[in-house]
Amino acid sequence: MASLKDVQTKIGGVKKTSQITSAMNMVAAAKLRGAQQKMEDFRPYTEKFNQAMTSLSANMESGQFPLMEVRDVQTTVEIVIVTSDRGLCGSFNSNIFKATEKLIAQYESEGKKVSLVCVGKKGNAYFKKTGKVRKAYTDIMGTFQMFNARAIAQDVAANFLAAGSDKVHVVYGKFMSVAVQKPSVELLLPVQPEASASEDAAQAGAAAGDYLYEPSPTEIMDVLLPLYMNVMIYHAMLETGASEHAARMTSMDNATRACKDMIQELTLLYNKARQAGITAELMDIVGGAEALKG
Amino acid sequence: MAEKIKLEVVTPKGAIVSEEVDIVTAPGFAGEFGVLANHAPFLSTIKVGTLRYKKDGNESELMISGGFCEVSNNKISLLVESAERGHEIDVDRALRAKERAEKRLMQAREKQENYDRTRAEAALQRAMARLKIAQHKL
Repeated sequence: MASLKDVQTKIGGVKKTSQITSAMNMVAAAKLRGAQQKMEDFRPYTEKFNQAMTSLSANMESGQFPLMEVRDVQTTVEIVIVTSDRGLCGSFNSNIFKATEKLIAQYESEGKKVSLVCVGKKGNAYFKKTGKVRKAYTDIMGTFQMFNARAIAQDVAANFLAAGSDKVHVVYGKFMSVAVQKPSVELLLPVQPEASASEDAAQAGAAAGDYLYEPSPTEIMDVLLPLYMNVMIYHAMLETGASEHAARMTSMDNATRACKDMIQELTLLYNKARQAGITAELMDIVGGAEALKG
Repeated sequence: MAEKIKLEVVTPKGAIVSEEVDIVTAPGFAGEFGVLANHAPFLSTIKVGTLRYKKDGNESELMISGGFCEVSNNKISLLVESAERGHEIDVDRALRAKERAEKRLMQAREKQENYDRTRAEAALQRAMARLKIAQHKL
């Protein structure tokens, strides 16, 4: 049986851990609120953007834009992985890794090469040893700046145009709810605006023929396509950010609860040890008294 | 007042303006253009500059940076990277940014680096547009 002192130290340690985890839980909750707000603010922008893209691309040949070109022979597939910069958020990052690895395995079995662009420290740390990482952006997940997304989008687009990759996917942690975050894979390049089945889009597409364009539709498209990539990557970053905080919140909540259980168990153990000690001492005294009577 | 048109200015930070207005003047790719109620469907890219709109005789100004604009169904939506009102503009910061951009532009010209140059030019345009609006308010 563990000695009294040992158990006491252990209880102290677990208590301190639970203080840290519950503080982290609260910090994550506060940060989640901010990240969620940003995500919601961004939503109208993406919606409007997609609307315009669909109505614009409806009456245009996709072949004339290099960023929309679908290449038949694909040799290299690029995957942009958006993960968090920090750990201690449960299985959040490893779920993204798993989804990515599945994708890599799928492409490699088809005899294609895969190159990775890692956004967030954790992804880079995990995939570094595979030697597939082409570029890594770390320490940018905390601030969510549009220009970070732009830098990434420009780099990815340049690589695509230079035929360094023939297809680009983005993998990120989609924020479903505070309790559920799902790794999600989306096609980034070649750009294929959502062929949404909704009647709205079809209507907008039909009406697009009557639009006046300034400058020409082609030139507008040239401006919109890179912007579209910005939007996609920024969106992925925001989703991952919110998911990260939500995941950390739940996992820290679990950790705090586990700490409480542990403290309870240890306290029981401590009390047992204490009682055993008292009993042993009493036995000693009684034994001594008996011996003196002798 | 006559018929109105719905104006929406949307940035990545959310919708900035959503109002029924009389007239909108925006800096388009090929120069400023005005939009009144029941304008024909129209799509244009937007340059850095000043967006003006009038509502019941009151004129408002916004500094907007690049994006695009769509007019349809008596509604004008501008999707821009940022939009700021005059009183939100930090004049000192804009002045500093202007000086910085001018310096960079000079350097880029000497070295003939096109990438730096376009970036500096864009920064300079933004700074100038900000200053213009901020000074209007004074």
